[in-house]
Amino acid sequence: MIPLFQPALRHGLLGLTRLLVGARASWEGSAPADTPRIYFANHTSHLDTLAVMAALPAKLRARTHPVAALDYWGGSALRRAVAVGCLNALLVDRTGKATAEVMGAMAAVLESGQSLILFPEGTRGDGTVAPFKSGLYHLSQRVPSAELVPVFIENLHRVMPKGMPLLVPLICTMRFGAPLEAVEGEDKAAFLGRARDALVSLSRPASQPNSQPAPQPSDRRTSR
Amino acid sequence: MSSVIDSVMTVFTTTEPLFLWLSGAALGLLVVATLIGAVLAYRVKTPAGRDTVRNLNARIRSWWVMVALFAAAMLLGSGVTLVLFALLSYLALREFITLTPTRRGDHAGLFLSFFVVVPLQYWLVGIGWYGLFSIFIPVYVFMALPSLSVLGADTTDFLTRTAKAQWGLMLAVYCTSHAPALLWLDIPGYSLPPALLLLYLMTVAQLSDVFQYVFGKLWGKTRLSPGISPSKTVEGLVGGGLTAVAIGTGLHVITPFSPLQAAGMSLIIVIAGFFGGFVLSAMKRDLGVKDWGTMIEGHGGVLDRLDSVVFSAPLFFHLTRYWFT
Repeated sequence: MIPLFQPALRHGLLGLTRLLVGARASWEGSAPADTPRIYFANHTSHLDTLAVMAALPAKLRARTHPVAALDYWGGSALRRAVAVGCLNALLVDRTGKATAEVMGAMAAVLESGQSLILFPEGTRGDGTVAPFKSGLYHLSQRVPSAELVPVFIENLHRVMPKGMPLLVPLICTMRFGAPLEAVEGEDKAAFLGRARDALVSLSRPASQPNSQPAPQPSDRRTSR
Repeated sequence: MSSVIDSVMTVFTTTEPLFLWLSGAALGLLVVATLIGAVLAYRVKTPAGRDTVRNLNARIRSWWVMVALFAAAMLLGSGVTLVLFALLSYLALREFITLTPTRRGDHAGLFLSFFVVVPLQYWLVGIGWYGLFSIFIPVYVFMALPSLSVLGADTTDFLTRTAKAQWGLMLAVYCTSHAPALLWLDIPGYSLPPALLLLYLMTVAQLSDVFQYVFGKLWGKTRLSPGISPSKTVEGLVGGGLTAVAIGTGLHVITPFSPLQAAGMSLIIVIAGFFGGFVLSAMKRDLGVKDWGTMIEGHGGVLDRLDSVVFSAPLFFHLTRYWFT
């Protein structure tokens, strides 16, 4: 892959994403800003990373790195060119063998003043938000200056439900919420629960009714 | 690039000076609207007034883009116009289905609706196969989609889901595709490019909307139906509708119609446009939203701008085809 093609490929991919799912940004509680941020989003489909990147303003997009799985995205030269060359992805080993290095690489991005996109559920859901894995907690402990911004990806699970090879174009909105406030002496479980609640609370817009399936029991538990 | 410029120049030099007049009129209207918007923005002081003027100026900005896109498509020929309308249908269908609850069992059918039905319908229009494009969605797709959905063996809301998907296709694709279908009408004794018929339909339908808005804002007092569309007023409807009919009558020079026939045609476009917008507003209330989307600044979604065309396009197409070809 010649580097010259990568901007064209990036524009093509982002344009295609917008044509398929709209990828509109709705800033609800935070504004676009070029400060080190950890955008954490619900994982709904293979298009999540592209959709969040397409929703960010171009200036911020160039300084934001989605965290992607090395085993898949580093698997071939083409995939690596798409992930790293086009989308600035930070490829990490998710086998758990190199936790310290992964954490170091993510912290280095934030410390250089740039941002990350994380999917703390670790797996794709069916429209509900699964409990978070602990990486978000450790990263926030290591770089406390980075803002934690929840991003709720609306509708994308309907575009490409798990196990469905076909894609139905629907308008997907990325809801950027207020940054998580720091709480002194909070333990890991409480922090992860609070972060997840912040994400879930973005799932019900004030002006529009819920166009998604009825809330699942796990949703109800956290919305108390 | 140079071939595009050549073809554009050819259109300019070979079509009647009429085209220049029409482009000039559209340009003039946009310039006047932009100037009025700028003056209002300077003079209005109340917060509510400011909001209205801000929305008005957003609408005018969007009109510049819409008129430019439409004019470019018409200049580049019937193929490009067809692709533009196919894209609008795709976007409108996307807005409709986004607001409609869907289930796993609908997935294959919806995929086909977007990526097979939309292109196929416009391809049928483009090859001029009237007999098939006029029944393809109401008959064959009507049977095919529920047949596919039923294989998902999910009966929850089956009738509702099926009906909503079919309505989406009828409004966003079937009805809308009758507008560019005007380009393929062969009217004896009509020497002007058939694109002018499409321009006529779009101008009367959209100006009716614009003038209903203007009359409603300036003199609107009697709400027509607050429960469905709070901004629609009797004064706006009558004033805007009559203005659009007057313009439609004056524009008879670009149609095969006599002035009286043009008045009748534009009256039908205005009435159908009103009911199209009204019915789609009722659907929005039912779905609990104010706009179909957010794509067109100040206006809402693509379907918010097309709502006056969905009912008037098939009517205008069939009346013209029946009486003038």
